[in-house]
Amino acid sequence: MFLLAWQIAAILAESRLLPTVTSVLRAMLQQTISGALPWNLAITLGRVAAAFTLSLLLGSSIGIAMGRWRRLDLLLDNAVTVLLNLPALVVIVLIYVWFGLNEIAAIAAVALNKLPTTVVTLREGARALDPALAEMAESFHMSRWRTLWHVTLPQLAPYIFAASRSGLALIWKIVLVVELLGRSNGVGFQIEIYFQLFDVTLILAYTFAFILVVQMIEWVVLQPLERRATRWRR
Amino acid sequence: MAEMILRLHIQGKSFSTDRGELPVLGRIDIALGAREIVALVGPSGCGKTTLLRIVGNLDTDFQGTLDWCGAAMPRIGTVFQEPRLLPWRTVRQNLLLAQRSEDPELADALLRTLDLAAFSEAFPSTLSLGMARRVAIARAFAIAPQLVLLDEPFVSLDPAMAARSRELLLNAWRARSTAALLVTHDRAEAAELADRVLLLGERPTRVLQEIIVPQPLRRPDPMP
Repeated sequence: MFLLAWQIAAILAESRLLPTVTSVLRAMLQQTISGALPWNLAITLGRVAAAFTLSLLLGSSIGIAMGRWRRLDLLLDNAVTVLLNLPALVVIVLIYVWFGLNEIAAIAAVALNKLPTTVVTLREGARALDPALAEMAESFHMSRWRTLWHVTLPQLAPYIFAASRSGLALIWKIVLVVELLGRSNGVGFQIEIYFQLFDVTLILAYTFAFILVVQMIEWVVLQPLERRATRWRR
Repeated sequence: MAEMILRLHIQGKSFSTDRGELPVLGRIDIALGAREIVALVGPSGCGKTTLLRIVGNLDTDFQGTLDWCGAAMPRIGTVFQEPRLLPWRTVRQNLLLAQRSEDPELADALLRTLDLAAFSEAFPSTLSLGMARRVAIARAFAIAPQLVLLDEPFVSLDPAMAARSRELLLNAWRARSTAALLVTHDRAEAAELADRVLLLGERPTRVLQEIIVPQPLRRPDPMP
């Protein structure tokens, strides 16, 4: 319905600022055949995956530790609040200035932007852990690993999924900004080039291709994983 | 003289509160034979659960001694007041996870004994409270325990369900006799299950009376 309305509006407008759906699809096809779209998409996805993994692992560890140990929570709480309120752009620019326009700085900048929300989400998860189940595990002398895997992590799963889904949505947007500001490849960089050329067709072609891929990750990976992890719920 | 498994000597146990120390347990001595069931009967809040937590080594902050009669700490299966099952694991998996090395045969046998075989692949959220409590009993026996701690395992069940659950508990106990400490506030239940009943008083709790049950209903005794 949306695509149909867009197509009709674009035909009526006859402007290069609002290309038709078919021309965007054609541009996507051409870019795919030339290899430019898959190449840049893969580079951006690699950065998304790296930043996503880094922020999730680091943020979860810090968040769980803060949820479990009150002293650590008091020590780091202000830092987390500052990071939460720091504009993404400021973090990106500062990290590029301090560490140079390189791949590690780009991924670190993205991960740092996502880190505080993961910390806050998992801190809540750790605070909500059921002490009765921990005591049950202790009474049966379950090993630390067994307790972590079978007792603690399943309780944290909803929080990890919440952090993952919101994380994916946030990270891919920030990755594009990071690429636009300081990388010479990736979807963000391509969009910047086509912005300078005022080529809305190619801007939309890259944007939709990327949205499609992220949506596929949500449908094919995250949602089935979440369904599997929560199938015990009646 | 029957083989002893536990000699518990408590001089005192208190909890820190905003208003200072709250003494919960007074002087208490409990000896438990290797195949004996002892019931602790007392009013709510008198520290019965605290006593079980001390025996289960879940609370070590007390004055006194916990003596396993020269042996290493025995395998202890605990049945908590709430079933405390892992909701994301099936009934059978809950039993297997409690075992140090998985013994599916024992787990399946216990599920049959406790009338749960048809629910072994069910998730706990689909069970009634009575069934969940029976799973918790099966789990406690699934580790081949030498001592079972039962903290009001039949509380809030209707009388028929409680009676049936007691019967099934005794079936599990007969199949593999262990020592057991049963906390309850129901004297009839204590007399039905236990060899000895210890009546506990108000805080700071001490043993008011020891009653030897001449012929508990759980007879005949298990094979030694």
